Amino acid sequence: MDKPAQDNRAAGGSFSAGAAWTTDAAPGGAPALAVRDLRKVYATGTEALKGVSLEMPPGDFFALLGPNGAGKTTVIGIVTGIVDKSGGSVSVFGDDIDRHPQAARRHIGVVPQELNFNIFEKVIDIVVTQGGYYGIPRKIAYPRAEEILEQLGLHDKRNDKSMTLSGGMKRRLMIARALIHRPRLLILDEPTAGVDVELRRGMWDFLRRLTAQGTSILLTTHYLEEAEQLCRHVAIINRGQIVAAGTVRDILAQLHAETVVLDLAPGAAERAASLLPAFRAAVADPSTLELEIASGHSLGEAIVALETAGIGVRMARGKAGRLEEVFMKLTAEGEK
Amino acid sequence: MNPAEIAVSYYTILRKDMVRILRIWPQTFLPSVVTSALYFLIFGAFLGSRIGAFGDIPYVSFVVPGLIMLAVVTNSFANVATVMFSAKFFSRNIDEILVSPTPPWVIVAGFVSSGVVRGVLVGILVYLTSLFFAAVSFHNVLVVIVFLILTSVALSLGGLVNGIYAKSFDGISIIPTFVLAPLVYLGGVFYSVEVLPEFWRGLTHVNPLFYIIDGFRYGFLGSSDVSPWLSFAVLLGLVAVLGAFAIHLIRTGLGLRQ
Ligand SMILES: Nc1ncnc2c1ncn2[C@@H]1O[C@H](COP(=O)(O)OP(=O)(O)O)[C@@H](O)[C@H]1O
Ligand SMILES: [Mg+2]
Repeated sequence: MDKPAQDNRAAGGSFSAGAAWTTDAAPGGAPALAVRDLRKVYATGTEALKGVSLEMPPGDFFALLGPNGAGKTTVIGIVTGIVDKSGGSVSVFGDDIDRHPQAARRHIGVVPQELNFNIFEKVIDIVVTQGGYYGIPRKIAYPRAEEILEQLGLHDKRNDKSMTLSGGMKRRLMIARALIHRPRLLILDEPTAGVDVELRRGMWDFLRRLTAQGTSILLTTHYLEEAEQLCRHVAIINRGQIVAAGTVRDILAQLHAETVVLDLAPGAAERAASLLPAFRAAVADPSTLELEIASGHSLGEAIVALETAGIGVRMARGKAGRLEEVFMKLTAEGEK
Repeated sequence: MNPAEIAVSYYTILRKDMVRILRIWPQTFLPSVVTSALYFLIFGAFLGSRIGAFGDIPYVSFVVPGLIMLAVVTNSFANVATVMFSAKFFSRNIDEILVSPTPPWVIVAGFVSSGVVRGVLVGILVYLTSLFFAAVSFHNVLVVIVFLILTSVALSLGGLVNGIYAKSFDGISIIPTFVLAPLVYLGGVFYSVEVLPEFWRGLTHVNPLFYIIDGFRYGFLGSSDVSPWLSFAVLLGLVAVLGAFAIHLIRTGLGLRQ
């Protein structure tokens, strides 16, 4: 089920995380994760997802960023097969979760937001047993589990009952468990929530090494900084909808941009928009244009360009940015 | 999953529960042995001579198969119901299996097998206990073994369904206490239906556990209230219906997924 073990560990290298677990980070393959128009209405009537679409290239480090209750855990629950979707489709490395559930699941390792192991079991047993559910015999799973626990700094604790671990260790145990079958896509739901700063850095380093070896990683977070530090792509989710998606750099630029509304002569908005590609101009109605003034650009620049083209600007006023509301919620939570 | 992987996953589910069952043996094996020893003492040594014999069989020997079945039924059911309920309710570690590629029927087979191992082991222990109090002989060992295993399968499946449906801890104690116990006790553990008034005898014939106990007892005594083939058919039907239902529940995720 797992690909033949490729033991590329650097001879004498002290960090055994050097093993190349996956080799298919090559661009052009099927996306690591493709989510299309995902909808979810819980039995309680809560509409948690209202048509979420995401695409994650292979080898990507992707953040799903959003405030509490946005629907992050619901997306992950559906992708990993523990929440039933109400609509839409999901495929993992080209394997649809409905048509090829076994194949799709093999690709994924998941670290849930809430602890979900049996606290009476021993650390190593939890990891080895998980391997068993993926069809990995104990004699292969056991040494592999020891190696992973070693990388995560849990080797000393391997024979202890999991209830004796600290909070950060419990989370690392769940990471070890998620890696036992060498998944191509590792999904972590708020892995650093409630973890202290030092441990958070350690976890970031571990994830960076993992992704450097070709494992695709999707994590959810409500810390903007985490997405900024780690990830290549980010999608921002709020109230069950994706409100922005792109590279981390683009999204940050958008977050920090000011939005300005321009009143123009009736019917001029379309043409004006085409003149201002650098301002992400959006036509609100035939005489109204919304511009984003990112750093490096100015409102004056836009007005001059329009006047030069013979489009008069009657009025300019500020507007709350599209992402501002979400961003403020995120910052508020980050400070809690 | 290929067959080798399926075997590994099945073994993993079974092994994990075996380790648990053996570790907490005072809770899993001892109670049934103690209870049935008490029954044997009361119905054999204390009351046996007053109750008299069923045909030429001493009462205590008549009761042995019924008490073995009582232990098998309750242990198989309780084992699977408790394990499934705890895994989905307390630690939520049922998700460990649900996110894996293990197919639903393997999950059902794994859980049920551990219920069967426990049920059969407890059954054997009760049988061994009975040897101190009664003369027990087999009319047909094959019948005894087949009924023992299939009964344990059926009740383990029932426990699985109960564990999946239960919303609270009460949910896995209500069914055993208010449904299962009356069905077993009124299914002829302690008597032959021949001794019952017309009305109760008719009612007993719609109780599936009556057939299970009667067929099992046939394996020991060579006599029964209904044909052992009828009992066998009822038992097979029960296994088929509960098995299909349990696989359906796991596949559709009813009660396990949101
Ligand atoms: N099991 C559930 N039953 C009913 N509503 C739920 C359930 N799980 C989550 N929700 C609701 O769905 C919405 C999204 O929740 P969730 O996906 O957990 O958000 P996040 O992980 O981003 O905090 C919230 O309004 C939440 O209350
Ligand atoms: Mg969440």
